[in-house]
Amino acid sequence: MRKVQYRNQITKFLGLSFLVSFIFTVSVSAQDDTAEVAETPVAETAEASAGGDPVKGKSLFQQNCAACHALNRKMTGPALANVETRLAEEEGLDKEWLYAWIKNSPGMIKSGDDYAVRIYNEYNQAAMTAFPTLSNADIDDILAYTAAPPPAAATAAAPTEVPGGGGAQPSGISNEIILGALALVFALLIFMLYSVNKTLRRVMAANDLEVEQEAAQKRTPIWKAFAQNQFLVLVTVIFLLLGSAYFAYGWMMQVGVDQGYAPIQPIHYSHKIHAGANKIECKYCHSSARVSKHSGIPSLNVCMNCHKSIYEYTGGPDGPSQEDLANGYTNEFYTNEIKKLYKAVGWDEENQKYTGESQPVEWVRIHNLPDFAYFNHSQHVSVAGIECQTCHGPVEEMEIMYQYSSLTMGWCINCHRETNVKVEGNEYYEKIHAELSKKYGVENLTAAQMGGLECGKCHY
Amino acid sequence: MASNKKYWKNEAELNPNDSIVEALRQNEFVEEIPVDDFLGDKQNLSTSNTNRRDFLKYVGFSTAAATLAACEGPVIKSIPYVVQPDRIVPGVPNFYATTIANGFDFASILIKTREGRPIKVENNTEAKVAGGANARVQASVLGLYDSTRLQGPIANGEPIEWQALDAAVKSKLGSLQGSGKQVALLTQTYASPSTSRLVAEFKAKYGNVNHVTYDAISEDAALTAFEARYGERALADYDFEKAEIIVSFGADFLADWQGGGYDSGYSKGRVPKNGKMSRHVQFEANMSLTGANADKRVPLTPSMQMIALAKLYAKLNGTSAGGELPQNVEMAIENVVAQIRKNKGGAVVVTGIDDINAQAVVLAINEMLGSKAFDTKAPRYVRQGSDKAVNALVADMKAGKVGALIMDGVNPMYTLPNTADFAEGIQNVDLSVLFSTNYNETAEVTQYTAAANHYLESWGDAQIKKGHYSLMQPTIRELFDTRQFQSSLLNWMGSDSSYYDYIKETWNTFILSGNDWNKALHDGVFAASSEATTNVEDAASVADPMMVMTDTDKEEADQSEETEMEPATSISIDSAVRSLANANTAGMELTLYSKVGMGDGRQANNPWLQEFPDPITRVTWDNYITISKADAEEMGFVNEHVANGGLDGSYANVSVNGVAVNNVPVIIQPGQAKGSIGLSMGYGKKAGMKSEMQTGVNAYPLYQNFKSIQSVTVEKAAGMHEFACVQLHKTLMGRGDIIKETTLQIFNTKDHSEWNHVPQVSLNHQEVPATSVDLWDSFDRSIGHHFNMSIDLNACTGCGACVIACHAENNVPVVGKKEVRMSRDMHWLRIDRYYSSEDSFEADNVKKEELDGLWGEKGSLSGFGEMEDPSTNPQVAFQPVMCQHCNHAPCETVCPVAATSHSRQGQNHMAYNRCVGTRYCANNCPYKVRRFNWFLYNNNDEFDYYMNNDLGKMVVNPDVNVRSRGVIEKCSMCIQKTQLTILEAKREGRLIKDGEFQTACSSACSNGAIVFGDVNDTESKVAELAKSDRMYHLLEHVGTKPNVFYHVKVRNTNEA
Repeated sequence: MRKVQYRNQITKFLGLSFLVSFIFTVSVSAQDDTAEVAETPVAETAEASAGGDPVKGKSLFQQNCAACHALNRKMTGPALANVETRLAEEEGLDKEWLYAWIKNSPGMIKSGDDYAVRIYNEYNQAAMTAFPTLSNADIDDILAYTAAPPPAAATAAAPTEVPGGGGAQPSGISNEIILGALALVFALLIFMLYSVNKTLRRVMAANDLEVEQEAAQKRTPIWKAFAQNQFLVLVTVIFLLLGSAYFAYGWMMQVGVDQGYAPIQPIHYSHKIHAGANKIECKYCHSSARVSKHSGIPSLNVCMNCHKSIYEYTGGPDGPSQEDLANGYTNEFYTNEIKKLYKAVGWDEENQKYTGESQPVEWVRIHNLPDFAYFNHSQHVSVAGIECQTCHGPVEEMEIMYQYSSLTMGWCINCHRETNVKVEGNEYYEKIHAELSKKYGVENLTAAQMGGLECGKCHY
Repeated sequence: MASNKKYWKNEAELNPNDSIVEALRQNEFVEEIPVDDFLGDKQNLSTSNTNRRDFLKYVGFSTAAATLAACEGPVIKSIPYVVQPDRIVPGVPNFYATTIANGFDFASILIKTREGRPIKVENNTEAKVAGGANARVQASVLGLYDSTRLQGPIANGEPIEWQALDAAVKSKLGSLQGSGKQVALLTQTYASPSTSRLVAEFKAKYGNVNHVTYDAISEDAALTAFEARYGERALADYDFEKAEIIVSFGADFLADWQGGGYDSGYSKGRVPKNGKMSRHVQFEANMSLTGANADKRVPLTPSMQMIALAKLYAKLNGTSAGGELPQNVEMAIENVVAQIRKNKGGAVVVTGIDDINAQAVVLAINEMLGSKAFDTKAPRYVRQGSDKAVNALVADMKAGKVGALIMDGVNPMYTLPNTADFAEGIQNVDLSVLFSTNYNETAEVTQYTAAANHYLESWGDAQIKKGHYSLMQPTIRELFDTRQFQSSLLNWMGSDSSYYDYIKETWNTFILSGNDWNKALHDGVFAASSEATTNVEDAASVADPMMVMTDTDKEEADQSEETEMEPATSISIDSAVRSLANANTAGMELTLYSKVGMGDGRQANNPWLQEFPDPITRVTWDNYITISKADAEEMGFVNEHVANGGLDGSYANVSVNGVAVNNVPVIIQPGQAKGSIGLSMGYGKKAGMKSEMQTGVNAYPLYQNFKSIQSVTVEKAAGMHEFACVQLHKTLMGRGDIIKETTLQIFNTKDHSEWNHVPQVSLNHQEVPATSVDLWDSFDRSIGHHFNMSIDLNACTGCGACVIACHAENNVPVVGKKEVRMSRDMHWLRIDRYYSSEDSFEADNVKKEELDGLWGEKGSLSGFGEMEDPSTNPQVAFQPVMCQHCNHAPCETVCPVAATSHSRQGQNHMAYNRCVGTRYCANNCPYKVRRFNWFLYNNNDEFDYYMNNDLGKMVVNPDVNVRSRGVIEKCSMCIQKTQLTILEAKREGRLIKDGEFQTACSSACSNGAIVFGDVNDTESKVAELAKSDRMYHLLEHVGTKPNVFYHVKVRNTNEA
């Protein structure tokens, strides 16, 4: 009798929970579907302007011009939106002038062309690169693009705005639904257990059965029996002491280990965007890792190599994910961070000039090796050829940089024990590796066998 | 040989019953841990308000608080450059060639900078003249970060703007034109072509300009003698490498004699090659660094030296000179003459006697000998000062003839013998400006003090020796609102070109003769080809800046000194010899000298130099009178050791013609000539100095008439002075064979087993060499690098450049006088100075044989008393000792926490973070090279030297840990440098060439005494040196198998 009831209980519970989870999963995937549909970019429908293909023009523009020109703002060079008509209307210059200018601007400046010299002086005498390889047709394409840019930008922006805002809500609700459903399940569970208990008691009462409590009273309670068994007590105490010592040791050992330390930085710099999405090589910015003990926090002039022309964040092709939006990482947010960089480096966007008023950025240092441990990046990066990720983790996925490894001595030593020395093509190692590997009878020496465990190699 | 000699570091050790020496032998740490100070005082303990329960509460609370505080790490900020300079990579040093020319020290050097901060001075191996960087030059980088530096111009004690100073000077200079009053420039010696040209132009612009060059320690006698003979105001140059017989009369040429820088050439001639080495005979009063290195040293008072010099000249000349000399000196002269006759061209005679006749006679002797080591064609310009001109200027000032006085690089109120005259004179000067890096005695009396650049912030050039030019370039931008003298002159002349442009113009026009400026700047030195130099000399039309200066100076001199005696165009050698031979003096003869560590005192606020132990006396933080034992006994001066190993000495009052310097501590100096005393200049500075640095007494008041030799009266003063002397620290513990020496004769004729005896031990009842017995399993070090260091006791002059280099490279803390006195000095590298006395004992033996009867002339009663005291003229040996990096290191086996361990590369590692400070290792070290950090020396205001302020900390080497309290530290064999060399080779994928491995001491040693390298590289120099017959290890019988080895000192005692 009891058993049957019990089984019922289980099936009921399983069935219910399955149902709940099923409903929940379906609803979530349904949400995703709609979002995807909404985000599908609208096909480019803009008409091509006469004489050029704006789509081709766009790619040519991105390749050749975008480093110094934007459509609607001054950069190193002037804004180029509707440049053809603007020139024709304001300066009376025709397309031929533009062809000549683009193909050989220094020549035109030399020849003393009035507008050429004027524009040259206006932009700080920064000479424009000559593009003799561009054909007239190419230039037509570019001009077509500048005259009526394909709506890619607009369409790209639109979905980031609209469905982005919409997409955030269902994702927020779905979390609440999960929690709500879970609460419901537990409430049901409690209710069922209670009713089962009640039913059983009622059944017992109906059958005139009584719980045999007297038997239980006759036996010594288990805790008393336990307390009387001295051996058991001893074992337990030892066990408890050892256990707490283990945990205490574990806890003490993590004192001063800042694994996972992810401080808030003065500028929200996203490695995910730079190293992940844009695939910028680590050592492009952290160049001193190749030659120095420090990997070096890049100086702001390195940032400006790119950010002179990248003045706003337009997001990936898919726009910000819901998770990003939940964290507030909108395009405006990132663009604002770029403005912080401009402020720090003293870059006047309007006039495309350095003002000379800079404010060095006080980054919060994440990896703090103690003073008594000497670590040299170039040894590991240049000589051993170790990937940065080996120690720093998946930086390309880190929106906020954090300390991935523990940076403890045990961690260092483990790696030195397991890692083979990279000797290929390095004359320095030739002799010593041959001799040492013969001595130790191994094919490949580990860093430890090379002497990488000696105290003085890192402590001096 | 070696084992027969008796070595001692201090006279107290000669007394077998000296309880303190015995105690020091037994105790590694003399100072007891002062527990009794607070636990022994029962009454104090019982009256204390803190009872046991409170105490436990405090302990509990502080432990808990410390634990909690440790849980959260501090937030550390990292601030990168906004725009990173091209050449600066964080963590990678840059080197710049520059030149120090501060008026006393001249050397071409390299400056190591890290993240833009100069942190270390290295030798510029491209430079061919003036030797390497000495201890003071090595330490000069710390002067840049001196927290007492002037941070901007001052007018009468108030900070002002440069514009105000410029305006005041310009208007004054303008108004003085045609007024009849002179504009005086009182400067250091620059030896700078550009500055000479600039001063000449300044004279041309303002007319009545009088440029007076003033050396605090004057070489006027030598300059005048040279000028009289060769027509140019310069100093003869000597190449001691070429000299086979060196005879010196009081010339401390291994230290600062005539500008110094002669030690590296000297050392090269001292290493026996093919059975030959130079012979060096020194006649001197004070025990100098040079005398300590001599093969034969004759203690002689200055007046006797003059007679001896006269006799030498006469004998070489075949004539005779008067004067009485003791018989042993006569003999010594006779021997020297005989040796010189055999090898005239190979002999050279030098003198430091501050007397124009002596200098002239020496020039005559060298010319007569045709000495190969003697160079007058390309003389040195490192001293230019004229005593006469300085005196004339002071007189003019007092007479009100000086309208403006502009000073640079000088501190006359400190260095002049008669500062009162100067102080009086400057009151009559309308405008006085002093260029100085620090607020000093002269700044107290001048109207304007212009904050000057440190030389590491300045542009400049120097012609140290004719035809050898060097460039000075800034290695950091001015730290403060300072400006150098030359830029200011340009400004005041109304020129808007910078001094850099000016130097470049000078060089391109007059010096480079078409060579590349950038290359010259990169190298730091430029040697004009001999052709070019002759061209400049011949072509009178070419205005050589050097010529311009000398010509105009002469004119000035002629104008201002019309009434005075014309400078003797030629000094009659005969009369000079006669006057030398008639030299006599009454009373004690004082020889003023400059200490290796302090020089003329311009770096007196440099804690590295203050704590640098004097090579001879081993005293830090002081100057003192050195006196012979006999004189001391006569006058009642005592030196005594107190229980903690400190040295105490009596005070004396010294006076010259009524000018007295009182309370000068006295050191009894073995080897000091009887009847003479010595006293060093450069101490006793007070103005603008931290209280810790105000040490010693000022000896300049005794420097009357700029003569370093004075006749003085000395009397005892009350009280005892506490020295901080390290000579009794780290005693020999009775192990005399730590130093080995032999004579050239034995070295050449006998087998090395005789003069480089390997100690024998008994193994299975047989005597075997100690080196063949090994209690331990040896580690196989044949693979990879195995570092060894070779120290040649013949090449080492004891100059101490390595000590300071080690200090700078390894962030060795300065502990201060009080701590040094308690044997707590932290030097990783010390240079032990041993006295020994074979000669005098031999003479005694003869005397003892001849004793006859109890009474009478040869009676034993008086005879034993007359026997020579071993300390009257001891031989001296220097021995640099750092951690020996033993392959079987005794320290490693006793460390309870394995903080010190051995590496495959031969270095003995020390993990400071592991050390718990038991000091067992220091106790077990037979070489006494481990140092214990008794205190936290950095960031601690109790140790107000340089590591407690942000400015001073900039000199700290970022590659080396700054040690904390409670740990042992020691020489690491510059592992940071060897590791870097290895890393660079790995990165470039190449093998390491010999010479790439260097330690701070080996690269600082321009004498070639310290050679470092990889012995597994069979081609390397150190591997070759390791096979030498002269090679030995310290205390071989201990069986420690050190990786530092020494070369037996060979003395050239050939008398005939």
